[in-house]
Amino acid sequence: MPSKYDWPAAEKRSLIGKRINRLDGLAKSTGRAKYSYDTNRPGGLTAKLLTSPYAHARVTKIDTGEAERLAGVRAIRVMSPVGTEVQWQGYEIAAVAADTEEIARDAVRKIQVEYEVLPHLVKEEDLSKAGNRTKPSGENTQGNPDQGFSQADVIHEGFYGANVITHCCLEPHGQVAEWDGDNCTVYASTQAVGSIGRELGKVLAADPATANVKPSNVRVITQYMGGGFGSKFSPDRWGIVCAQLARQAGKPVKLMLDRDQELLMAGARPSHFAKVKVGAKKDGTLVAWESESWTTGGMSGAGAAPIPYVIEIPNRKTRNIAVSTNTGPARAWRAPNHPQAAVLTMCPLTDLAAKLNMDPLELFLKNVSLSPRGDVYRAELLKAAELMDWKAKYHAPGKGGNGYLKRGVGLSIHTWGGRGHDSECRLIINPDGSVQAQLGSQDLGTGTRTVIGIVAAETLGLPLSGVQVQIGDSNYPPSGGSGGSTTVGGVSASTRRASVKALDKLLEAVAPGMGTTADKLVAVDGRIQVQGDPSKSLTWKAACAKLGTKAISETGRQPARDEGNLGDSGVGGAQMAEVEVDTETGIVTMRKMVAVQDCGLIIDLKTAESQCYGACIMGIGSALYEEKIYDQQTGRMLNADMEFYKLGGIGDVGEIVVHMMTRDYDQRGVIGLGEPPVISPPAAISNAVFNALGVRIPTIPITPDKVLAALEKGGMA
Amino acid sequence: MQAFEYAKPATLKEAFGLLGAQWGEADLLAGGTDLLSLMKDYIHKPKRVVSLTGVKELKGIKSSSDGLHIGAMVTLEELLGNAQVRKEYLSLVQAARGVTSPQIRAMGTVGGDLCQRPRCWYFRNGFGLLAREGDGKELVPNGENRYHAILGNSGPAKFVSASSLGPALIALGAKLTIASGSGNRNVDADKFFLTPNDPASREVDLKPNEILTEIVVPPAAGTKNATYEVRQKEALDWPLATASVALKTSGSTVSSAKVVLGHVAPTPWNSAEAAQALVGKPLNESTAKAAAEAALAGATPLSQNRYKIQLAKVAVKRALLAAAGKA
Repeated sequence: MPSKYDWPAAEKRSLIGKRINRLDGLAKSTGRAKYSYDTNRPGGLTAKLLTSPYAHARVTKIDTGEAERLAGVRAIRVMSPVGTEVQWQGYEIAAVAADTEEIARDAVRKIQVEYEVLPHLVKEEDLSKAGNRTKPSGENTQGNPDQGFSQADVIHEGFYGANVITHCCLEPHGQVAEWDGDNCTVYASTQAVGSIGRELGKVLAADPATANVKPSNVRVITQYMGGGFGSKFSPDRWGIVCAQLARQAGKPVKLMLDRDQELLMAGARPSHFAKVKVGAKKDGTLVAWESESWTTGGMSGAGAAPIPYVIEIPNRKTRNIAVSTNTGPARAWRAPNHPQAAVLTMCPLTDLAAKLNMDPLELFLKNVSLSPRGDVYRAELLKAAELMDWKAKYHAPGKGGNGYLKRGVGLSIHTWGGRGHDSECRLIINPDGSVQAQLGSQDLGTGTRTVIGIVAAETLGLPLSGVQVQIGDSNYPPSGGSGGSTTVGGVSASTRRASVKALDKLLEAVAPGMGTTADKLVAVDGRIQVQGDPSKSLTWKAACAKLGTKAISETGRQPARDEGNLGDSGVGGAQMAEVEVDTETGIVTMRKMVAVQDCGLIIDLKTAESQCYGACIMGIGSALYEEKIYDQQTGRMLNADMEFYKLGGIGDVGEIVVHMMTRDYDQRGVIGLGEPPVISPPAAISNAVFNALGVRIPTIPITPDKVLAALEKGGMA
Repeated sequence: MQAFEYAKPATLKEAFGLLGAQWGEADLLAGGTDLLSLMKDYIHKPKRVVSLTGVKELKGIKSSSDGLHIGAMVTLEELLGNAQVRKEYLSLVQAARGVTSPQIRAMGTVGGDLCQRPRCWYFRNGFGLLAREGDGKELVPNGENRYHAILGNSGPAKFVSASSLGPALIALGAKLTIASGSGNRNVDADKFFLTPNDPASREVDLKPNEILTEIVVPPAAGTKNATYEVRQKEALDWPLATASVALKTSGSTVSSAKVVLGHVAPTPWNSAEAAQALVGKPLNESTAKAAAEAALAGATPLSQNRYKIQLAKVAVKRALLAAAGKA
């Protein structure tokens, strides 16, 4: 049933769906935007952490005496008292707040800790060396796999995998904490201003030193943040200790992680390795799947990736094993488990296509009907093929040219949910004509601030500059954390509803003076006018002046029954990669990525495309370069730096073509986008390398040593 | 980092007076692109840091009859900006461009490149130059050695020399001037790099009280030269293997050759075998390959780095073909 809250029809949209620059682009690019790391409070102290150098150890002695005596040290907290069993390198032992960063660092080194070193495991790719660190983690059978394989004309078996990588947020984790009585303000680099304050408050309430603190006493502010990718949802142990140090010292305290700490303990994407068996009929119809997989996400192991991915092969059996390793714990990494699932599915399917002498595009087109949204994938694959010029570029595996440089193309598809989270928006129209949209949301860099502004301005008939977007503060109405690609759906719906309600109030206020009724009025082009009669109108400012002294303040909510259906869940995407492989060096060079993506109604086409570009770049990094490298002898991560934890640069990503599926998809309303486009790049790239060489590099990242080894194994070196 | 005294002498003479008799007393600060990281990680804990940025004698590039005199404090960008370097010493240009960070090229110096410490991640993580655990066990042989040495690694040193310019300067026959309070001495670039046998030693022939002041590159005089770096990324990254070559030809045959590999051994690796394979022969794909094979014939890879043999061969072959204008 149509509702007044529904999104405006395509021909009536003045801002929604256009390519619009982000509101904070200038502030960010000129350095005026202040991140948590940039926040310096008057009289503030700097805190640093002492962390465990061992992967597994017990704390047997800890002496802070010498550190306490150091001039300029204002507070010390022991975070891992004697007896604590440390389970990974980087685990927090103690924290020091001091007048300067230098003093804090010196003091950290003066804390004397003794450990009983315990046995560790830090590597899991070779399951046979995992000993007693394994446990079953999910087993599932659908249909009749044995029967399915017996019906298969062709069966492919192979080993595939993706190692552990980190989030590598440009701005590391951390915050500034400042007390005023029992109220604490935290300037945090977080994806969840609405919840980490309460969580932090609960912990503080349980601490005798801060027993009077109530969860609502903690205010969280995040105006700008330098990336989270799923790793910044918790107040974290360093956030708690930061508030405690500030309380103890009676001064604001800043505690941001160092880069090595960030890479060691502030987030890891679980590995996932699998032995896969998959069978098909001669015509490519997939009939059976069997996989045995293993994964680690640190001590807690990790859950099973959803395989076979997207394509629900009718007869299937999966078994997963979780491996506990003494490595920094897993955190959600942009589309948790999906990029690994794409590698573990799209690569064997491509290898199976080779065995069938089929173009993998044909194999996928034939089988996407086994997914919940087959028609969408079909359309996306065909669009991607057109943009990649797949038909011209595809060749049989290994026929990538006669010289030492071989070209190849590969593809992958992906899925994600992305339904809008709970959100409240307060929309204020002031008598002076100014408008504020207030939400306790946060902009991770995705464009949330801009999207809110567009929705409010579109609804009120104003230019984007006519709306002030106020977010990043837990004092504003609550909005969900920014995870699971849920933000755009949540904030756009609550903002739309609040804006419609506030506009209704304004129209009611001005209608009598215009000799009409509110239902005859519309807001368009910065004016309130009688529908169909532009001669009877008021400027926005003049209309608002009629409010006298009383501002309008209306709240919109998501979800809201009976107030329109403004969003949906479930998106798809198809990506294709073209690579060039130097068969003498094993070095893979990106030529081109094509990302075709649907996500319902797009609010800002520019920031939506930007999400896809960024996702491709991030995906290319994980496909070719990124890897947490641990040494089993010492238990240490050897590349906790930006020198050997390799990220691609602009010269490494090649051409990226993004195509958003619009128009026919608009009626679904707004669906989240941040995660889905990062899922497919590694699988598509791995498949492109396979197409170029005719041999499979089983695991990502696809480094020269692996490429040369695979060529040698394939008799092609 | 450990607190230190900072000194910024204006002359070499003044600088000599500030250096120590033992390593650890004073460290020289040139471009500062690495020393500060080493100090923050407590790998270096100098009592005094002596900045060379104020010493004018170490700056500038001068041409004279015996060759090109490059001050140790010349930055990589200055080197790249020099017309004569660009015209005659392609191998130096290619090696300097291989430092793919504009910031490091702007700050990093020629002297600093030659004297920089290894990037071995065990060393950088505090396990010492020779990468040993507390009980003395060597960590590299059974550890993560994908980037370590494949040549010259029979002793305890398994790291690779990180110098970008070293191989090119050796191939060009450069001489280094090393000065101290008691005078100057000249060292062939080839002899400057050392393979240490104990963790307190250094990888270069420099005493704690000495300063590398100048690099003299002989006149190119028709020497064909080139550098090829095998690197995974365009963005800042260490090469996996490199080769710098310098050739003299007589007619269509090679009359003398220098082939020096980088990132494969604890020092730049001057391969007499590769040179020998070339002399008296025309330079083409087949002789370039033969030289590459000869250069790596004695390679002794570790558990994870056999692939570097192939990369090093490719570097030699491509550098030779580039020098011959055939790449």
